[in-house]
Amino acid sequence: MSSVVNSDRIPNNVHLGDDKKLQRALEAWQPRYVEWWKQMGPEGFQEDDVYLRTAISVDHEGWAHFDYVKMPEYRWGIFLTDPVPDRKIGFGDFMGEPVWQTVPGEMRNMLRRLIVTQGDTEPASVEQQRLLGKTCPSLYDLRNLFQVNVEEGRHLWAMVYLLHSYFGRDGREEAEGLLERRSGNPDKPRILGAFNEPCTNWLSFFMFTYFTDRDGKYQLLALAESGFDPLARTTRFMLTEEAHHMFVGETGVLRVVKRTCELMKQNKREDARAEGGIDLATIQRYVNFWYSCSLDLFGGEISSNAASFFANSLKGRAKEDSYPDHKALDVGYAMQVPVIGEGGRPTFRGEEVPLRNAMNEVLRDEYVEDSQRGVDKWNKAIAEAGVSFQIKLPSRRFHRRTGIHAGMHFDVEGNPLTKDEWEARKHQWLPSEADEAYLQSLMSKPVYEANQMANWLQPPPHGIKGKPVEFEYVRRHP
Amino acid sequence: MEPSASSASHAKAPDPVVRFETHPSRYKHWKLSFDGAVARLEMNVDTDAPLRPGYELKLNSYDLGVDIELADAVQRLRFEHPEVKVVVVTSGQPKIFCAGANIYMLGSSTHGFKVNFCKYTNETRLYLEAACSESGQHYVAALNGVASGGGYELALACEEILLCDDGSSAVSFPETPLLAVLPGTGGLTRLVDKRKVRRDLADVFSSLAEGVRGKRAQDWGLVDRSVPRSRFDQTVIDRARALAAATPDKQGAGVALPALEVARWEDAGKAGADYRYVSVKVDKATRVAELRMLAPDAAAPATAEALRTAGADAWALRAFRELDDALLDLRFNHPTVGLVRLLSRGDAARVIEADRALAAQAESDWFAREVLLHMKRVLKRLDLTAKSLFAIVEPGSCFVGSLFELTLAADRSYMLGEGDDEGTAAFVGFSPLNFGPLPMSNGLTRLASRFLAKPDRVAELAEQTELLSGPDALDAGLVTFAPDAIDWEDEVRLAVEERASLSPDALTGMEANLRFCGPETTETKIFARLSAWQNWIFQRPNAVGERGALTMYGRPERPEFDWRRT
Ligand SMILES: [Fe+2]
Ligand SMILES: [Fe+2]
Repeated sequence: MSSVVNSDRIPNNVHLGDDKKLQRALEAWQPRYVEWWKQMGPEGFQEDDVYLRTAISVDHEGWAHFDYVKMPEYRWGIFLTDPVPDRKIGFGDFMGEPVWQTVPGEMRNMLRRLIVTQGDTEPASVEQQRLLGKTCPSLYDLRNLFQVNVEEGRHLWAMVYLLHSYFGRDGREEAEGLLERRSGNPDKPRILGAFNEPCTNWLSFFMFTYFTDRDGKYQLLALAESGFDPLARTTRFMLTEEAHHMFVGETGVLRVVKRTCELMKQNKREDARAEGGIDLATIQRYVNFWYSCSLDLFGGEISSNAASFFANSLKGRAKEDSYPDHKALDVGYAMQVPVIGEGGRPTFRGEEVPLRNAMNEVLRDEYVEDSQRGVDKWNKAIAEAGVSFQIKLPSRRFHRRTGIHAGMHFDVEGNPLTKDEWEARKHQWLPSEADEAYLQSLMSKPVYEANQMANWLQPPPHGIKGKPVEFEYVRRHP
Repeated sequence: MEPSASSASHAKAPDPVVRFETHPSRYKHWKLSFDGAVARLEMNVDTDAPLRPGYELKLNSYDLGVDIELADAVQRLRFEHPEVKVVVVTSGQPKIFCAGANIYMLGSSTHGFKVNFCKYTNETRLYLEAACSESGQHYVAALNGVASGGGYELALACEEILLCDDGSSAVSFPETPLLAVLPGTGGLTRLVDKRKVRRDLADVFSSLAEGVRGKRAQDWGLVDRSVPRSRFDQTVIDRARALAAATPDKQGAGVALPALEVARWEDAGKAGADYRYVSVKVDKATRVAELRMLAPDAAAPATAEALRTAGADAWALRAFRELDDALLDLRFNHPTVGLVRLLSRGDAARVIEADRALAAQAESDWFAREVLLHMKRVLKRLDLTAKSLFAIVEPGSCFVGSLFELTLAADRSYMLGEGDDEGTAAFVGFSPLNFGPLPMSNGLTRLASRFLAKPDRVAELAEQTELLSGPDALDAGLVTFAPDAIDWEDEVRLAVEERASLSPDALTGMEANLRFCGPETTETKIFARLSAWQNWIFQRPNAVGERGALTMYGRPERPEFDWRRT
């Protein structure tokens, strides 16, 4: 085997050593991946030693191996959860049949699109976050950023493994395409809108990992039900990593919120900005922005693609087992569909959408509920600090750019607005350039000292893997 | 192609009454703007303004109403804007150029409406193509988003296709893999015949729902150039200006096309429309219509300048615009009419005079040329009308020159078989327009198509300057029957009644096969091969059955096919 494509460099449980086809594909792809990482990965930290977790096997011991590593030398691996013996398809028209170990020809294009769309988000988020290291609030946070980044890189590997192994030449081309697109580049943008939004400050990073990675969680949960077994097993393993990303987001926002409350209490007018913190109203605006962008990622409320993914047993619902019926036929989903009314203000029309066509919305429902949990924790911290403020998730109609609400305007409560009303009021709800500039000014100086923490957030209660918070998680090389 | 699934429905909506006249000031779906020699035709379909209720025109999908505006724009650009040399066709919506014909409109339309709709859109695209080849108005498709199905077919009708390379803009024919039908608006034909895409690549492309993007689209010949988004708009402008610079100027101002004046009436089972030079009378009970054209009622404009002054009022333009409108009215608003009696009345000499003047003026004047090209298009529309056409050549009629083309277009012609002893004979005769400027879609004149077995006959007839009476015309093979005065009424009545009793489907098929003898062209392939297969597929359970793909599109279940290959 080659010096870069072997089971030592690429930890795996897919018998890479015996798989000539996969070896050949990866030999061409791996160097291009590393090149992409050096070009588009975290800028300015490629030589540093970072205390990272590497998955070296799927068992309990192996999936979380910690050590210092230079990121370009990170051992990105390929892991699938162990197969479930005699697994049967759990939903859609092929329900009850044995799961597929190869791609059924008639589903090839659909399945490829699903995998490419998911795969594209992984390198995209690395690109979006590549400049954040230069403004980090602590080495602890810097390390967390890089941990998320290398794992998104591994998620890319996971999708590329499927493309290489099951989709022939097309798959290899798509795998290259995943390295060619660039977040925010108008000529070769990433496929989904939110993955072209710049993530320019750490508040956005925490919001992204809380809200946008949570979309990832639900997409992965839905794909984990797939009748195409390799996809189901791949995504199941990815979910374990995704949980950590959301943890970074949830605790990150929590630490900001707690610090903000502390700073408010130090100030006579409860003015957090005056004390060098991030005021709660600004936090709310970033919640509004990232939450609404992430809602878009679920796709149209009424979607024939969603229906055919479900019908073809390719993409189910999150935790399909928990639903009473897995065919989803002859059932409707009641929806309030907006239509442009008088003066350009939307009105609503009740519509009964066939459940399969509403699968994106079903998944979004779960997401909305799940998103609320962390918000409750943030609000609890605010209340405990004696501050009267509540962070609220905006209505899912607010600031949407795909689906039935796209092109129409609503306030955060979901009340219809005319375009003029929206233009006049949108800066109450969405981050303004002034907000952005304020955050940039707060974060202009990175914190690279192991025992320091930026003023605008609290230190975490614990370090990583039993290490103290002050541990030198990233060893900078001059 | 992802419009709201909820508007899908099994029930067929009644055919709406359709009118074909519009004006840029009333467009709902297109914006026509001008920058010197470059016009911009921007598609921005109003979701909530379908031709009839029951579907929404999402994602720049189109219905007949959208296409009527397009046809109007193409026509007006030719007559009203001679300064325009390049027309950029593009979309006013982000990320989507055009998603093609609206699927829910197709799904809820009657078969007859669907077929007529497809034919009309095919004609519109051919007109657009003809504007490039005949009138020095070059259409450039600027695909600033996804062009799927009929969207890509519209692009294929343009002379050049520029595709934005942004990772998502693609060209595609999802009809077969998603809907179990064909890209039937010229798509398959133009792919291999016009763009000469290799047939195996065309096969791959036409079965790939998501289509082809970027460099590969260019490599396969599906588009002329794939251009990065950041340079796209400028490249389109540069290309349009370069094309314009290489196109000669036309002298003289444009000629406005005012709305046609028409009085429509309805009375006890009969209906009709009276234009200035055309009248239509429909008998709903017998399913027979009468279409009468009048000769010019004044001397022909002697010079190109005089013709320009007459403008849209010139007989050669006005009469054929009226004929065009009448044909569309018959096609769409009188679906049960099976037979059209073609009649004419007036001074034959005036028709010949007008034809001669036009033929001469068209050699050097763009407007005269446009009038002649328009005449050609309208006569093709007549050839393609799925109704039996019987020309009735009576005394007082004026089937000569351009109007004799109606007789030649007819499936049969009946001419009074009397000589001119009593001054009661009927006559036919020629003008220069019968010998070249008005070819059919097979590329031949109607005379050449008629004398396919004796090509020399056409040249001999060109020498014939006298009008021919019934017996002579029959002798010359110019009419089908020439009953004498005693038999005339009965013969004609019986022929009409007999014809009207035959199966409309079989007649449509029979006529379409017999009318277009001789060579194949892209046009004949589109109408005969592509449309015929499409119309067959549109009737098949695999597309429109209860579990057919077109029926199931956007619905939660998957289609089911009958696997027997036919
Ligand atoms: Fe991920
Ligand atoms: Fe993630």
